Amino acid sequence: MADIRTTIAGITFRNPVLTASGTFGYGIEFADLVNLADIGGIIVKGTTLHPREGNDYPRMAETAHGMLNCVGLQNKGVDYFCSHIYPNICDIDTRIIVNVSGSTIEDYVACAQRINELPNIPAIELNISCPNVKQGGMAFGVTTDGAYNVVKAVREVYHKPLIVKLSPNVTSITDIACAVESAGADALSLINTLMGMAIDIERRRPRLSIGTGGLSGPAIKPVAVRCVHQVAHAVHIPVIGLGGIATAEDAIEFLMAGARAVQIGTANFVDPTVSVRVAQGIDQWLDAHGCQTLDDIIGVV
Amino acid sequence: MKTKMQVTDLRVVGVKALNPRAFLLKLTDDAPLPLIHPGQFAELRVDGHPQVYLRRPISIHFVDRTNNELWLLIQKVGNGTQQLSRLQVGDHVNVLFPLGNGFRAVEQQGERVLLIGGGVGVAPLLEYGKYLTEHAAVPTFLLGGRSAGDILQVDEFRRYGEVWLTTEDGSAGERGYVTQHSLLQQPSAFDRISCCGPKPMMQAVVQYARQRNLPCEVSLENQMACGLGACLCCVEKTIRGNVCVCKEGPVFDIHQLNW
Repeated sequence: MADIRTTIAGITFRNPVLTASGTFGYGIEFADLVNLADIGGIIVKGTTLHPREGNDYPRMAETAHGMLNCVGLQNKGVDYFCSHIYPNICDIDTRIIVNVSGSTIEDYVACAQRINELPNIPAIELNISCPNVKQGGMAFGVTTDGAYNVVKAVREVYHKPLIVKLSPNVTSITDIACAVESAGADALSLINTLMGMAIDIERRRPRLSIGTGGLSGPAIKPVAVRCVHQVAHAVHIPVIGLGGIATAEDAIEFLMAGARAVQIGTANFVDPTVSVRVAQGIDQWLDAHGCQTLDDIIGVV
Repeated sequence: MKTKMQVTDLRVVGVKALNPRAFLLKLTDDAPLPLIHPGQFAELRVDGHPQVYLRRPISIHFVDRTNNELWLLIQKVGNGTQQLSRLQVGDHVNVLFPLGNGFRAVEQQGERVLLIGGGVGVAPLLEYGKYLTEHAAVPTFLLGGRSAGDILQVDEFRRYGEVWLTTEDGSAGERGYVTQHSLLQQPSAFDRISCCGPKPMMQAVVQYARQRNLPCEVSLENQMACGLGACLCCVEKTIRGNVCVCKEGPVFDIHQLNW
């Protein structure tokens, strides 16, 4: 058995496989199906200062090797999270990270401050890359100034490890990554979904209620591996890779590209046990290739 | 009692075409099938089709405890369900089930429940009809379709109660929509209604139930991804805001809905 622990910004994860925000609920939804303690970490659903109803149905369109979604950050707000959800998940024996989103810098700051008070949340993932909301979200993540400003503001109030989730819908993801690093981020996660669109040709209209959505699933994996490789070589903070991972081999590609951990998103919808299967598969692969630890493969490409 | 979800490879023991568009899939497992409430559904993984990525949510039609079989009634509407129709006896299919909440439990003996189904929407009503008779309630089935060939499993439904039919072309039962059936024109002989079918049909039934102040529940089939309440794709607007049909439904009391 190889040692598959990984450390990011001082937090040790028992394995490098986390579940991506918005694809694994709050973990408890999957408790019948997987032992949550076998997952490296759970990044819970995007949380905002105020409750959000999200976008209208239909919010999902299946596409070749993936899907589009335009959920639009539906959640009950940070107060509800702290009072009703946190008490039910704080004892789960894995790392629980909250994905924080907002429409304004003030919203991000206020939400992060609330999460900062929760002892069993060791980090937040700042979502500056949601493509499905009119205000905020990705708007912050597509310019270096926007990204810098929101990360800097949150950094001033949030005192635990700060992970920032980046959008691939930019001209240069390394420029954004460097701006976020200089604003004080402790780690980066990438990529969020790629903006896409699908059309119902019989009805002659978009298949999603708001027209566009975020593409995820195996279809985007090569784009994600490229982004991780570029960013990991451009910054000095750890990178968490995601985008289309469904197998251990997929995850190993990201680790070799320079990620210190990975997240699994859309694949949870196809196989709710995939995160555990991928973690076990990484372990077996390392053993089969004579590797002792993840450091034997991280960033080798 | 709360059901426990599982994700399992089930073995195909029967695939039977019921009409050119619908088929009955019978699955079994070496282990006894879990507790399943009528109205719950399953998510089937679809293997071997390049355009299909997500699971397909399918109502649980019937649980044959004697033979340990899970029956699914499936309409071929797209690539996923077409691919499932190609399954053969002996194949395995990966099934995540049982999901969601089922129909209302029997509250008093002798309850007269009208089960209204349209097209392949009749699927979950068979298991519910069985449950109702087993719990000393009295189901009556009103099943509708475009024409006679669209009305599925009539003989199975007859095992559990009276069956009335409507077709749009009059080729079976009364001509017209289910809400035009003479059964619904009389002073109500029923204590409540459970309904599953195309949305326009369910909306008409909801309107009927509201006018007569009859308790009514409907089973929705919004497009889904995860089936577990994680992806938030299958939402329906309710008096509590957007809720997941997979987790909070698929069966909803009509007072919950903004219809």
